[in-house]
Amino acid sequence: MTETGRSIQGLLVLGASVLASLALIAVVVGISVGIGDLPIPLSTTFAAVTNRLGWTAVELNRIHETVIWDYRLSRALVASCCGAGLALSGAIMQSLLRNPLAEPYVLGISAGASTGAVAIVILGVGAGAVTLSVGAFAGAFAAFLFVALLSNGTRGGADRTILAGVAASQLFNAATSYVVTTSGNAQQARDVMFWLLGSFGGVRWPEFALVSVVVGFGLVICLFYARVLDTFAFGDESAAALGVDVGRTRIALFALTAVMTATIVSMVGTIGFVGLVVPHAARFVVGPLHVRLLPACAVLGAIFMVLADIASRALIPQQVLPIGVVTALVGVPVFSIILYRFQRAS
Amino acid sequence: MSIRAENLVWRIGKKTIIDGVSLEVKPGLMLGLLGPNGSGKTSLLRLLAGLKRPQAGRITLDGQDLKGIDRRQIARRVAFVEQHATTNASLKVVDVVKLGRFPHRSMFSGWTLADDAAVAEALERAGMTQKRNDPWQSLSGGERQRTHIARALAQAPQELILDEPTNHLDIQHQISLMRLISSLSITSIIALHDLNHAAMFCDQLIIMQEGRVVTVGTPEEVMTEDLLKTVFRVDGRIEASPYHARPHIHFMR
Repeated sequence: MTETGRSIQGLLVLGASVLASLALIAVVVGISVGIGDLPIPLSTTFAAVTNRLGWTAVELNRIHETVIWDYRLSRALVASCCGAGLALSGAIMQSLLRNPLAEPYVLGISAGASTGAVAIVILGVGAGAVTLSVGAFAGAFAAFLFVALLSNGTRGGADRTILAGVAASQLFNAATSYVVTTSGNAQQARDVMFWLLGSFGGVRWPEFALVSVVVGFGLVICLFYARVLDTFAFGDESAAALGVDVGRTRIALFALTAVMTATIVSMVGTIGFVGLVVPHAARFVVGPLHVRLLPACAVLGAIFMVLADIASRALIPQQVLPIGVVTALVGVPVFSIILYRFQRAS
Repeated sequence: MSIRAENLVWRIGKKTIIDGVSLEVKPGLMLGLLGPNGSGKTSLLRLLAGLKRPQAGRITLDGQDLKGIDRRQIARRVAFVEQHATTNASLKVVDVVKLGRFPHRSMFSGWTLADDAAVAEALERAGMTQKRNDPWQSLSGGERQRTHIARALAQAPQELILDEPTNHLDIQHQISLMRLISSLSITSIIALHDLNHAAMFCDQLIIMQEGRVVTVGTPEEVMTEDLLKTVFRVDGRIEASPYHARPHIHFMR
């Protein structure tokens, strides 16, 4: 086959997979919008969206339109962006640290975010001028900087980074527990607990604008680094021998995942397991090469998170389960299967 | 001269690992690096491959200081095969070999026919064409080493640096690997433990002890009973092999 023939075929395959992925996400988001205490048919959702975009002018129930546009659609879209961002971050962490157990929070980001959140909610830092999200973001970044200093001050390798992350998590979790037990009342403790388990309640269009830009930007930069990430398969030294500036790559990608993860955590809390499990699942589907793995993670992560959000609202009528509970309830069995297969392979 | 090193010094903390090493490698030759454990072979190879910067001294590639050359530029002409580098990713042999094209591709350039040709030739050279679609995890030690060498060859290097590539291989694979490397027309620097293999295949030998170069020369010049005693601390007798004429060492019981 000629070179151009092959690249045209490649472009077609690429275009088809991008379209199929977007269509799949759209369908899942549509289903998510339809499910709830007020069921809405898929066609109504579709019409409401096209109405808003000015393409159609279908007569719709005002309440339906409000529920779709002001509440459920933004929520489902935020969920998809968060799922994509967490799965991407997890995949990058697993590749850079060469550790199948690495996940987005391995650098202490969720622990830092929780400390930032309790500092705002319980200690009243910022005297009401600073929102919980800003506090959580600041805490998350403080934890990341702590890990970066501890592990990269002497150009540490993967093991050192993981240990620094464990130390940071312990430190910030202890700080959170200290504040909650010494200063908080029962209601505040419950609020923090609920926030930590994650929730898409209360996210609207401004949140979607922020998270979609951060994750979209993140995906583009990750794809830029896809080939570089492949060279890390045999370790840092091997990547360096292939001409990769290992130190700079690590810092750039750690910072990128930290921004994505901190944004997500500060918005919807600590949602576990997505960042750990989805990259493994994606690897089973498309293999270990990052040009395909990273987009696959983004798509699978988005779909998984929207489905988890549906489950969190539908499992128990009149009640919303914390999203972290649902992802773990689904994630643990999936992860068990992966572990089982891994055991057989080795 | 392809690679030249002048008075290299490298320390970890207070311990001096490489202590004033100078060497020159003529293009196209196979240079064997010998020495007891801890004599600094691996560290010297890392310095020569540009993976570590010496605290003193300099390394030049065709007269150009390694410090002034971009990492990627170095990787286009110097390939490095580490001691048993492995992965838990389920990469195929051909994927691993394709990594060797990384330094030759820019961020946005696609995969070209030239890349394909380089990979196919590297696989053929290393005798891994039949196994090109096998997963890494299913390979034996010898096949993994061959895959690494194919990856290094796909880099189209002028210098190939190998750190004890025959370790943990059975005798058949050791010999075939040494044959493969000596058949290449590029410069190769190879750390070895087996003195007889080194004497049999290498054009030149460098003997290291405690971070210094003890002696340099052809196997005939370097291999002496005195050297065996002072550097390697063994008793041995050396004779020219009646089969391949290179020095052959008999160790005493």
